[in-house]
Amino acid sequence: MQIYAALCQYLVSGLTNGAIYALIALGFGIIYNATTIINFAQGEMVMLGALSAISLYSLKPSFLFAFLGGVTLVTLVGLVFERLALRPVRDPSPITLIIITVGGAVFIKGVAMLLWGKEAYTLPPFSGDAPLHLGPATVLPQNLWVLGLTACLVIALEAFFRLTLAGKAMRACAYNPRAARLVGISTGRMVQLSFGLSAALGAAGGILIAPLTLGVYDMGTMLGLKGFCAAILGGLGSLLGGVLGGLVLGVAEALASGLISSGYRDAVAFCLLLLVLFLRPQGLLGGRE
Amino acid sequence: MTLSRFANRWLLFALAVVALGLAVANEYLFTLFNFIGINVILVVGLNLLLGYGGQISLGHAAFFGLGAYSSGILTATLGVNPWLALPTGLAVSGVTAFLIGVPALKLRGYYLAMATLGFGIIVYIILNEATGLTGGPSGLAGIPSLSLAGFPLNTARRLYWLIWPAVGLILALSANLVDSRTGRALRALHESEAAAQSLAVDTARLKLKIFVWSALYASLAGSLYAHALNFIAPSSFTFMFSIKLVTMVVLGGMASIWGSLLGAAVLTVLPELLAAFHDYEVVIFGAILMVIMIFLPRGLVRGLMDLVEFRRYKKEGGRLPV
Repeated sequence: MQIYAALCQYLVSGLTNGAIYALIALGFGIIYNATTIINFAQGEMVMLGALSAISLYSLKPSFLFAFLGGVTLVTLVGLVFERLALRPVRDPSPITLIIITVGGAVFIKGVAMLLWGKEAYTLPPFSGDAPLHLGPATVLPQNLWVLGLTACLVIALEAFFRLTLAGKAMRACAYNPRAARLVGISTGRMVQLSFGLSAALGAAGGILIAPLTLGVYDMGTMLGLKGFCAAILGGLGSLLGGVLGGLVLGVAEALASGLISSGYRDAVAFCLLLLVLFLRPQGLLGGRE
Repeated sequence: MTLSRFANRWLLFALAVVALGLAVANEYLFTLFNFIGINVILVVGLNLLLGYGGQISLGHAAFFGLGAYSSGILTATLGVNPWLALPTGLAVSGVTAFLIGVPALKLRGYYLAMATLGFGIIVYIILNEATGLTGGPSGLAGIPSLSLAGFPLNTARRLYWLIWPAVGLILALSANLVDSRTGRALRALHESEAAAQSLAVDTARLKLKIFVWSALYASLAGSLYAHALNFIAPSSFTFMFSIKLVTMVVLGGMASIWGSLLGAAVLTVLPELLAAFHDYEVVIFGAILMVIMIFLPRGLVRGLMDLVEFRRYKKEGGRLPV
């Protein structure tokens, strides 16, 4: 009975972290689909989201204001990053783009350290921290916020891609950029949109997780890398795959740290990543290239 | 390049090493020189892989760490002779690179970057967590200095006379490799893997070879580092250090052996020169990576030379050579 309760607890914390990984993985996927770039700065958008929401909340203690303000700010950062760091590139080979986005990630992290310092900041939970007892597991209201809002964001994103003109245009670019240009879609605009959109998703993830962890300048690197693991796990570029990859990764991590050793928790994601890359590089849901 | 000019370069390098070694009296400067030398070995190795072969490794600190910890554990904990520990470290790193490389090098571009990055982080976590073996986050102390024929190399000045000849040897070896059949095959691989294959280059074997080769360089640097510092901790083998190495390659110029010397020297000295640098270090490294890759993708020296040449051609109203 005890182990059952513990397992449920791991499941709850795993799914919560997994939801954040899923949001980050979606960000990777959206940019990859539009540009075939892997944006290594994606994790830093998560960190920027968390820290700017915390700062905004200390200005005006309203969650809605902090959330929307944080997401807007980070979306702007994403757009500026695309404009300044990626558009001027003359030789867009993968190596060049990897080095540039890694450089961007390090740069953004450094600027955040100068702005916010090295200390960790807290954001209060969205609606109190009285734990709820759901069956054998104890759930914090913030866990529910994370899961609920992530689900809403994923549905909204899916609706955007299926139902709106801009979303359909982005999908067209992902299938075949040249054909998309032929029918009058501005691919440059779509690339910009994809950077804004994934920055916004990353920021939302950061703000949601901030009350559960803490906001620190260097939180983004690990979250970003794990989000990427999730994206690869599910199959790069597949939205459903990204969500599934995130949740699987979160639960696997929680189980490993609970049942084996918490010190090796971070190694789980990367061992899974290596396994998937070596055995099935197209991911769980990806088709063959 | 004529043969005499080529020989002149090496003569100049040897003279500079000897002159510096005799002229400098300050022990701190020797420590700095030694760290530059160790970084040069790392950067040349990474440059062979990244600059010449066009294969990226974002986890090179792991091989550096494997070398350092092999030497450290074998000598400090088990009391093995350092000169036996060093080749053991090379074997450990080489075999690890081989095992990781066989599946990883089938991957291209982003996937390879992520595989090496994941590997680097796993090694870092193991260094931290396997406290019984590595001493964990607080590090491994009591690593003996190297000695040469009974003469202990226990000061930075003495070690200088081992490290810099070794650097010279590594540079010569790499320059030779680059100018060999393998080097030409590597550059072909960098330009286009398909084209290289069509010219009967066994690209899979070549990639693996250069990956293992650069891991061996890193391992050698790691062993030297462990014996130079007499103490190692996981914080020297982080993801950020892997990024710094890439920055040194990029700054010095991809596919440039001598550029590696420059990149490693500049980015090792800079933090020491500017006391305030420490806080801005991360920002500066990030900015260097982005600015150089966007505007001077051939590295600082060649990039600036290209710009000057471009100006001159423009002034003379001539056409650019294609």
